[in-house]
Amino acid sequence: MHSMLKASIAALATTAVLAGGALADGHGEKLSGDLKIFLDTSNPAPRATMEDMIARFAEMHPDLNIETTVIDREAYKTQIRNFLTANAPDVATWYAANRMTPYVSAGLFEDVSDLWAEEDIATNLASTKGAMTIDDKQWGVPYTYYQWGIYYREDIFNELGLEEPTTWEQEKANCQVILDSGRKCYTIGSKFLWTAGGWFDYLNMRTNGFDFHMELARGEVPWTDDRVRATFANWRELIDMGAFIDNHQSYSWQEALPFMVRGEATAYLMGNFSVAQFREAGLTEDQLDFYQFPAITEGLELAENAPTDTFHIPANAENKDNARAFLRFVVSADNQTLINNGENLGQLPVNASSSVDNDEFLNQGFEMLSSNSPGGVAQFFDRDFPAEMAAEAMQGLQEFMVFPDNLDDILNRLESVRQRVY
Amino acid sequence: MTVATVPDMNPPRRKSFYKRNEIALTPWLFLTPGILFFAVYVIIPIFQSFNLSLYAWDGLGEARYVGMANYQELMTDRAFEVSLWNNVKWLAFYLLAIPAGLFIALFLNQTVVGIRLYKSLFFFPFVISQVVVGLVFAWFYNPSFGLLNTALGWIGLGPINVLGDPTMVTYGIIAAGLWPQTAYCMILYLTGLNAVDPEQIEAGRLDGAKGFRMLWHIILPQLKPATFICFVVTIIGALRSFDLISIMTNGGPFGSSRVLSFYMFEKALSEYGFRMGYGAAIAVVLFLIMLVFIAYFLWSMFREERGH
Repeated sequence: MHSMLKASIAALATTAVLAGGALADGHGEKLSGDLKIFLDTSNPAPRATMEDMIARFAEMHPDLNIETTVIDREAYKTQIRNFLTANAPDVATWYAANRMTPYVSAGLFEDVSDLWAEEDIATNLASTKGAMTIDDKQWGVPYTYYQWGIYYREDIFNELGLEEPTTWEQEKANCQVILDSGRKCYTIGSKFLWTAGGWFDYLNMRTNGFDFHMELARGEVPWTDDRVRATFANWRELIDMGAFIDNHQSYSWQEALPFMVRGEATAYLMGNFSVAQFREAGLTEDQLDFYQFPAITEGLELAENAPTDTFHIPANAENKDNARAFLRFVVSADNQTLINNGENLGQLPVNASSSVDNDEFLNQGFEMLSSNSPGGVAQFFDRDFPAEMAAEAMQGLQEFMVFPDNLDDILNRLESVRQRVY
Repeated sequence: MTVATVPDMNPPRRKSFYKRNEIALTPWLFLTPGILFFAVYVIIPIFQSFNLSLYAWDGLGEARYVGMANYQELMTDRAFEVSLWNNVKWLAFYLLAIPAGLFIALFLNQTVVGIRLYKSLFFFPFVISQVVVGLVFAWFYNPSFGLLNTALGWIGLGPINVLGDPTMVTYGIIAAGLWPQTAYCMILYLTGLNAVDPEQIEAGRLDGAKGFRMLWHIILPQLKPATFICFVVTIIGALRSFDLISIMTNGGPFGSSRVLSFYMFEKALSEYGFRMGYGAAIAVVLFLIMLVFIAYFLWSMFREERGH
């Protein structure tokens, strides 16, 4: 059995060499030469994970000279434009979906459809293929993703006798109870705008469905459409109730955390990366729990946000074969299990054969995304919408949350931006 | 071994070109490196910006010539209008630093024990980074734990969210900017006051001038150079205000605290930006506004020099 496997790998390797002159799978042969990797994982925990992962790859290929550069996450977003054109690394991190578009259409990312055609990747990474596809080609591989949803104070829910809501009516009824107890329902910090984008994503996907949301993202529907107004009407119900904390426009998302930690607000619509922050702030397992954003329009298939972080090969890279071997290693089942476990990234592995770490939130997220998100999986507002549209729109969303009466003005403005951008 | 040296039979009758024009050339030789760098890093980019503002370019692909379309869009862009007005507010209210600086300088221009310490304490805000000033004021204004609301609470006034209110936010940031700028003007006036002629004050006093009349007719005219410099640094400071806005509000809420320089940055260089042509068009407008002031400053300096 074992030797048969080896033989088939060898056969595969030979065909690969014959076909494209590419070196085979990392397990088979030792790589040599150089590999230059640029990372945006500058936060301490992800940085350590990545460095450890690269060290393990280097161990497998002792002759390979790997050079890793970690760039500050925010600075990376502007620097990538320079280094992709001028001094390209062999591997670079980035984000899935529309955020790739500028680099794909400028011809700066390498087409890696060949990797996706390999059986191992084709079967195990099928769920994220859509997010990596532009023009029917794949432009990179994912290495991690995480769910979004409502993180809430379980102890306060118990104290008030509330259950996790599954419908919009329950959600609002819960919120009324919370408000009557002198707390706010949701904390949010919209100073840097994107948090409001998360709310819009969910409200729109629940009101009009995933397909409509994507049509809006692609610019096929006007912002002044009645269906968009319906989304805002649902949002307005919460705003008029006073569900959100006051002065959220002055806080970053981290500055909004203490409201929930102190119990002045009970829930936070956020990505799973917030769990580490909550735990660090002292919330115990009994105090923190998670539920899926409830259904609004009955009968509509639920869809979720699950932003995916990715690796790409720049078109100007010099060691593309080594880079491909590295990408194979990154998405391999064992590596995915390891880098996404609770001690490392604490997120979800992209490989279907990997196992999810035994963490309350990761398990709930994994189950939600694999079985309760039939509508589809979105990336996130500012990754699905083109950058310029997203920037204007998120500003409008923040304005709406503060001055809901300005809605008509905001929608007209966004509509004129839409007509210019697409 | 011996090399016959032929004596130079025809010594040059004329000096070399350089020797002949030494007086005229040397200054230019010394200036060349400066001019070269100034041209490469300042003059040429100005014209490049003018040129770029006629294109639509995302910084990656091909630049597409669009003529005046960027400027036409500016005319109808409400965010641009807001930024322009905020620039006007900055210009008007930032100038408060000059009278405030003068007042503190007059107040500190006395000899009591420890005056040097007081002077340095007043000068302190100018020494710390603008980023720190921005952070300190952002905390001061913070609606949940800020000192401002606590203080307002003592006198029974309701909590306000200065940086979250589109009508107040720019004034709030200008107030933060005035803190270091006042210190800057103060130090300029303090040095100016050292040069005030005591005999003229004596003469004024004999003629019965005191208090405000003394200040207005005797002191201020002698402080004219200091006032001029204060004016220049404050106007330029107001037009290039950027760091405070970036730190305190990031242009928000919903873009109501942006100024032209920040808007240009957002459009051309920020995470969601990369409309290089549009950003360049904003930069050109900002440049033209600055040019008005710079031309005025240069003109008055030129007149000054000719006068002497």
